[in-house]
Amino acid sequence: MGFFLQLLVQGLSIGCLYGIAALGFVMIFKSSSVLNFAHGELLAIGAYIFFVITIWLNLPIYMAFIITFVGSFALGFLIERLFLRPMIGEALIEVVMLTVGLSAMFRGLLLVIFSGNTYVFSNFLPAWLNIRIGSLSISSVYTVTLIITIIFLAILGFFFKYSSQGIYMRSVADNQTAALSLGVNVRRVFALSWAIASIVCAISGIILGVINGVNVHAISRIGLKVFPVVILGGLESIGGAIIGGLFIGFLETFVSGYLSTSLRDVVAYVVLVIILMIKPYGLFGLVEIERV
Amino acid sequence: MRLRLRPCGNYKESYKEELPIFETDFGRISSLIGLILLFFVIPFVFGSYNLYVLNHVAIYAIAAVGLNILTGFTGQLSLGHGAFFGVGAYTASILMTRLHVPFLPSIFAGGVSTALVGLVFGIPSSRLKHLYLTISTLAGQLILEYIFINWESLTCGASGIILPKSTIFGFDLQTDRSFFYVIFIFFVIFLWIAKNIVRTKYGRAFIAIRDNDQAAEGMGIPIFRYKLISFAISSFYAGFAGALWATYVASISPEPFTFGLSIEFIAMIIIGGLGSITGSVFGATFITLLNEALSQGIGYLMNLKAFTGMVTIAPFREFIFGLVIVLFLIFEPKGLAEVWRIVKSSFKLWPFSY
Amino acid sequence: MENNTCLLINNISVVYHDVIQVLKGVSLEVKKGEIFSLLGSNGAGKTTTLRAVSGLLKPENGKVTEGSILFEEKSLHNQPPEYITRLGIIQVLEGRVPFKYLTVEENLRVGTATRWGKPYREDLDLVYHYFPRLKQLRNGLAGYLSGGELQMLVIGRALMAHPRLLLLDEPSLGLAPFLVKEIFDIVKRINEEQGTTIILVEQNANMALNIATYGYVMENGKIVMEGKAKDLKENPDVKEFYLGTTAKGVVKSYNEVKAYRRRKRWL
Repeated sequence: MGFFLQLLVQGLSIGCLYGIAALGFVMIFKSSSVLNFAHGELLAIGAYIFFVITIWLNLPIYMAFIITFVGSFALGFLIERLFLRPMIGEALIEVVMLTVGLSAMFRGLLLVIFSGNTYVFSNFLPAWLNIRIGSLSISSVYTVTLIITIIFLAILGFFFKYSSQGIYMRSVADNQTAALSLGVNVRRVFALSWAIASIVCAISGIILGVINGVNVHAISRIGLKVFPVVILGGLESIGGAIIGGLFIGFLETFVSGYLSTSLRDVVAYVVLVIILMIKPYGLFGLVEIERV
Repeated sequence: MRLRLRPCGNYKESYKEELPIFETDFGRISSLIGLILLFFVIPFVFGSYNLYVLNHVAIYAIAAVGLNILTGFTGQLSLGHGAFFGVGAYTASILMTRLHVPFLPSIFAGGVSTALVGLVFGIPSSRLKHLYLTISTLAGQLILEYIFINWESLTCGASGIILPKSTIFGFDLQTDRSFFYVIFIFFVIFLWIAKNIVRTKYGRAFIAIRDNDQAAEGMGIPIFRYKLISFAISSFYAGFAGALWATYVASISPEPFTFGLSIEFIAMIIIGGLGSITGSVFGATFITLLNEALSQGIGYLMNLKAFTGMVTIAPFREFIFGLVIVLFLIFEPKGLAEVWRIVKSSFKLWPFSY
Repeated sequence: MENNTCLLINNISVVYHDVIQVLKGVSLEVKKGEIFSLLGSNGAGKTTTLRAVSGLLKPENGKVTEGSILFEEKSLHNQPPEYITRLGIIQVLEGRVPFKYLTVEENLRVGTATRWGKPYREDLDLVYHYFPRLKQLRNGLAGYLSGGELQMLVIGRALMAHPRLLLLDEPSLGLAPFLVKEIFDIVKRINEEQGTTIILVEQNANMALNIATYGYVMENGKIVMEGKAKDLKENPDVKEFYLGTTAKGVVKSYNEVKAYRRRKRWL
């Protein structure tokens, strides 16, 4: 029973982590219908900025957060500006290939600079966040992950559902020309969604770094894992991303706990293929409304 | 017989006149000369290393043509082409080592088994738009990678398989030159088949699906069947190329068939030109040569004392491939095929360029 | 230029993809607070004229190559749509394009993009006042609305932007006649009560000329005829070509229609 509970807690936090990682992905997809295959690299870049500032430059934690956020915001903005803006109006499949290219480019760059080594963060989280209930202990990282997930879910959900800017972003995703005709600044919407998504990515990258250490290969693998998560939750749904994340999180921890650790990395994709076959638009996705 | 030159307009009067692959005798003659050069001059002029590079170009070109049929003509992006290449390689190797199947049946079995595996991951495309197929192939890539490494009783895991010597009709295939003939005969055949597939009913259906699947369905094209056909053809090409590659390099391990290889194939068709069979060959050539140049360059850098231990080839390669994909997509989305067309037509029209 | 001129288009040419010339020297003048109607058959260049004004040519790869477009003395020549919509020129696209996955109310809120951050409650009430049907549907997804409801939605959405000049592109397309009448009545009311200048592009010449004060007839990228709406309605050529009857009010036979092709060039 204790083992089961321990797995449950672990699955919950890993699931939340997948969920937030997927949030950034969903944001970009919602506003610009771009499937971002460079997602894992965005996570890694966030984690590495944070790592460089705290460990190499030895600046205080709050400074590191501020600089990482500003840096990621600027990075997201720049990516949109330099690489995606010239592609406006091209076929979707070419934009997707572009993100595949970007992913290879960033991964290569990170590997050239940091090589494939794993770097470890010092744990900067306060000790009182380590919760202990009976035989069950929850480390501070997991507590923080849970809290951050809830906060993010609330903020982003509110943003897309109620704020004007969020509605403009969704309108652009829905129909670009119509949004243009009403004066929505489409370019700003794209840039903003990349910038915000990039911040969200940085946060999940940092948490990942605290849990497992920073390693380019590992993080970009986790970046690919957003695909099962978002397919499960439906590509457009923020709540769905979290639920999909939780599902994959539980699945992985229980599979590695009770079946085999090596299956852990592949089981999510098996589920993904099965889901695509039986419930293609995900559990919470929008069924495409088509009329001719 | 009159020599047919390129007409200055479309003077075709019957459908029959649309049929020839080469519109002019010039194209026909130059490809004939090209073939003669390829089979009777190049193997004797080039050294072993150059033939080795050329063989790789041809193998990758076969796989890239397959991907281009799927991506460039049918508009479905596959991220699992690298793993499919691996499925072909493993099938052929396992057949040859365990069951002692001869060379030719093994490589064809490699193609067929890959087509079947491809179909499994293509089934989701029945109900989905192209982006979902992309994700499904990504899953395919990762699942297959996992199988290559972890199903040790079948694939020997990370240690890999050493292949026996290949023979064809009693001839030993050992030297780069003997393999050159085998590989390039298949290369020409597969290119010729691909060129013709895209000109038939199937090719037109693929293009219709790429350009507007709803309209295609409205015209009576069963899109699910055609998407699957396209997927099967593409996987067959990948698997066949993989099988050829395995027999050529004579030892395989899971290492080469990663997501990175899939990206390399995508880079090939983007650089070559989406929807162009010749373009895929250009792309395969470009990437293979780039690969070789990079390993030479990095090797040179490693020999310099200052850089010892600091540079490894993989990250650089990855970075450069990514960069090349991005640059081509932004600046010349139609790829080298378009550049080639422009060069050709400017020669043709010279000196009166309008 | 007179003071009550709202929009002045002077001799513009529009080229798509750098090769296809669609407008060949179109000039028109629109006065403040009136409804102007732009008539013509398919491919005459009506929609292109609207797009030239609203700045939506660029997504279609089109460009204004010559001439000038002045809105209240400000040049709109090849300006981006963000600038033009902020001046108060809103185009309602042909074919009723909603944001399918947004609810009706969210669709309307997108209309506030030109004045982001300002309160919008009153505007919502105003739209619901004109289109009570939308209020009942406000929490439903726009993708599931019927054609007439969609037309109301897109006009309402444009109203949210406080348009000074509203460009309506074929609002009657594919709607039942009684719905067309209802929508045209509302357009007329909007014009009268809000003082919005409206350019109405239509193939349904009869309805359009009923509510418009002035009309232009386009053909092959040129304006071939203009005049007060009631004069146009009486014009024998317009009657023949666009209202589908002869001067005597008899529907013409096919043979005679062929004859009109020849005559039409004289317009």
